[in-house]
Amino acid sequence: MTLDGKVPGGPIEQKWDSYKGHINLVSPANKRKHTIIIVGTGLAGASAAATLGELGYNVKSYCIQDSPRRAHSIAAQGGINASKDYQNDGDSDWRLFYDTVKGGDFRSREGNVYRLAQLSGNIIDQCVAQGVPFAREYGGGLANRSFGGVLVSRTFYARGQTGQQLLLGAYGALMRQLNLGRVKIFPRREMLDLVIIDGRARGIVVRNLITGEIEKYEGDAVLLATGGYSPVYYLSTNAVNSNASAAWRCHKRGAYFANPSFTQIHPTCIPQSGEHQSKLVLMSESLRNDGRIWVPKEVGDKRAANDIPENERDYYLERMYPAYGNLVPRDIASRAAKRVCDEGRGVGATGRAVYLDFADAIKRLGEQVIREKYGNLFDMYENITGENPYRVPMRIYPAPHYTMGGLWVDYNLMSTIPGLFVLGEANFSDHGANRLGASALMQGLADGYFVIPFTLGHYIAGAKLSAVNTDNDAFKEAVDNVQKGTQKLLSIKGSKTVREIHRKLGNIMIQYVGMSRSEEGLKKAIEEIKRIKEEFWTDVNVPGSADTLNKSLEMAGRLADFLELGELMARDALNRNESAGGHFREEYQTPEGEALRDDKNYSYVAAWEYKGKEKPQELHKEELEFEYVKESQRSYK
Amino acid sequence: MSKNITVYLKIWRQEGPDSRGKLVPYTVDNVDPDMSLLEMLDVLNEDLTKKGELPIEFDSDCREGICGTCGLVISGIPHGKKKGIATCQLHMRNFKDGDVITIEPFRAKPFPVVKDLVIDRSAFDRIIAKGGYISVNTGSAPEANLIPIPKETAELAMDAAACIGCGACVAACPNAAAYLFVGAKISQYCLLPQGHPERKIRVRAMVGQMDAEGFGDCSNHAECQAVCPKEISIVNIARMRREYLKSLWP
Ligand SMILES: Cc1cc2nc3c(=O)[nH]c(=O)nc-3n(C[C@H](O)[C@H](O)[C@H](O)COP(=O)(O)OP(=O)(O)OC[C@H]3O[C@@H](n4cnc5c(N)ncnc54)[C@H](O)[C@@H]3O)c2cc1C
Repeated sequence: MTLDGKVPGGPIEQKWDSYKGHINLVSPANKRKHTIIIVGTGLAGASAAATLGELGYNVKSYCIQDSPRRAHSIAAQGGINASKDYQNDGDSDWRLFYDTVKGGDFRSREGNVYRLAQLSGNIIDQCVAQGVPFAREYGGGLANRSFGGVLVSRTFYARGQTGQQLLLGAYGALMRQLNLGRVKIFPRREMLDLVIIDGRARGIVVRNLITGEIEKYEGDAVLLATGGYSPVYYLSTNAVNSNASAAWRCHKRGAYFANPSFTQIHPTCIPQSGEHQSKLVLMSESLRNDGRIWVPKEVGDKRAANDIPENERDYYLERMYPAYGNLVPRDIASRAAKRVCDEGRGVGATGRAVYLDFADAIKRLGEQVIREKYGNLFDMYENITGENPYRVPMRIYPAPHYTMGGLWVDYNLMSTIPGLFVLGEANFSDHGANRLGASALMQGLADGYFVIPFTLGHYIAGAKLSAVNTDNDAFKEAVDNVQKGTQKLLSIKGSKTVREIHRKLGNIMIQYVGMSRSEEGLKKAIEEIKRIKEEFWTDVNVPGSADTLNKSLEMAGRLADFLELGELMARDALNRNESAGGHFREEYQTPEGEALRDDKNYSYVAAWEYKGKEKPQELHKEELEFEYVKESQRSYK
Repeated sequence: MSKNITVYLKIWRQEGPDSRGKLVPYTVDNVDPDMSLLEMLDVLNEDLTKKGELPIEFDSDCREGICGTCGLVISGIPHGKKKGIATCQLHMRNFKDGDVITIEPFRAKPFPVVKDLVIDRSAFDRIIAKGGYISVNTGSAPEANLIPIPKETAELAMDAAACIGCGACVAACPNAAAYLFVGAKISQYCLLPQGHPERKIRVRAMVGQMDAEGFGDCSNHAECQAVCPKEISIVNIARMRREYLKSLWP
């Protein structure tokens, strides 16, 4: 099957407007006759639910947490991009578009990215109107800071809690619709299967996480906004409940999974301290505005940071990338950190860390200014490590953080299953092979507030949907499927805990499908993952029963899916015989060690079709065309 | 590098909302001081699983103090005695070898126990639904910089908006009052000009729902402020009271 991204024709600046001018609309009186199921209440899901409620649809909104407000988006720290050009520093929709396509190493779809840039300003307007307390200048205008991979200052922020404030804005809008009766919320529900009737997504099956009951819900369309899959690496900066299950189960029902190996390992995280660790904590990219990254020049220099004189330090990013310095994109910064640690110049007890030093910034601006800008991040660091970053440099190391891959969607955000739409981090669309900082919040909110209201209406108006209810056989089959899965997990009663096996998977993933990949390593990973999968299905011990709150059972179900997804990630990475963005194949690099793309052979989206249990997925390609930004070797020198 | 320690835990176990709970003793050896308290519980749960016992159910998600999911009463104090952090940010280096630690759920009538340490805080959602927002539909917002907002005002609004909705304020209050939670939201929107059109109906609706949920009244103990992981000030309660009184006059 050739995949059609359905990007409208015409000049790139006019595509979205002309699309909006030509689509089908649903009349206000008819909207209330349509029920829309929205899974996920992060920025993408909450903004979509609120907006579709406002438009008059009947919305049902689901999430795993006890409240929609606790979706993982709440943890985003640094900021959200928009091409407002408030700083008068040369920003524009075009430049945001250009930076994003280039930052993604030319593996995203131009039409989608341009739309994202065009909508970015509306997001800020919307959020300010909602009362999001963004940082401001003394004159009362909105403040900005810089993030990696760009030369302008276009990031809006609310201290180190931008995701929290944006999500509380969207959650407020959602709760307002709840109060008005347009939206119903279903917290503590985990979607475990998708129901397809007459070839269209018409419902979901969820587990009530309190009672254990399996519940069925029907609708006219299903929107998936279930976030990313970084916890496939076990340790990541994501919340511990972040998972791939909803997306993966849809994949098994026919939704293609695109570019699964495109994952982002974020350069500035607090290094792991021990085996017991359950997650890694991010230190926001915004710190690279003022912090300088370095390691000792000499291999094995064990002196304390402050005892190493200036001329014996290697500020390697400033040295290698003078134009962008400490603000190179994430993939480049992470790889450079790995490289200096591999050389034996890493710091800290394990040697897997580099310094992020604020001494110069404190000298230049004073401790007070640094405290105002980053105080909560510094406190967080000190609380976790027991070290005071105002006095000694932070120690940081890359950690899995974001997944550019996800379910394949077209310009309408619709997957290969008609009526199944995918929003936010769960889809693959806008960030190519590497996401720039502060662009995920932008994409989630663009999808939910401004894209889906149009594209969903277009689908509903044109689909001629017949009425369905949950007595349909397709629902029965899905419920059976879920119940069987649960019973199987509970019946194994082996000797390993879910966490033990998850840690094993994580070790393999980070070692072979992490920052640096090779043919040999990937082949090994595929074998190892198969072995771990076997171990899981024969020797896991899931305690308790299905008819009650049982977090071990939840985690086991998610791990079962990660095991399958992990294998596909390795296979996707093996298929892509080039390096692009976060996907770095050791065999394909420039003499300076930079990623070497192969545009002739790999300028495509790899979308994988599920072919059944124990059968390999089939690859479909969506060829990418670059009409506006010429593909070139990325340079941040 | 500091030495590993042994701690003696007493943990609240309760099968379901209607069953009787009790404190059950557990000993955890070889605790790395760099672990967080929740990671220590993870390790304990793995041991229990291996021994064929049921693991202790507790909620947590982001594990960096921002989602508000976790919340335990640790030796009598919601989120433990270290100031300005949520339960997930409490590290074992704050305990000594041999310490006895009691771990219980947040207790308040409007927060019924679901199982073990997991509680139901949906009352907070219902309060927010009554007015914890500015009624602006998507697409109808003016250009963001049209409304200048003094930096100090934005900072004060942010101080209030930082609330993570964990419910520690309620758990710490002898009256199980939710004044700090509601006051923080009211403050955010009465400080910012965008919130002014609805300020009267907002405060009445939210306070009305707060009462209907069975939260108690504030009698100025300030325990809420003392345990708040975001150190939100009771000034926000005073602001809410003023807003409420003002809302009663035309
Ligand atoms: C620590 C951290 C900091 C970050 N900082 C920034 C930043 O500064 N700027 C930026 O742009 N990006 C940042 N990001 C990335 C960004 O936060 C995420 O990409 C984005 O918030 C994802 O939003 P989402 O709506 O797609 O999904 P999420 O917010 O992850 O929400 C997923 C939702 O789906 C629900 N869900 C999942 N599975 C199921 C299921 N099976 N059944 C029912 N419900 C389910 C969850 O309950 C949740 O409601 C950061 C990420 C991390 C980890």
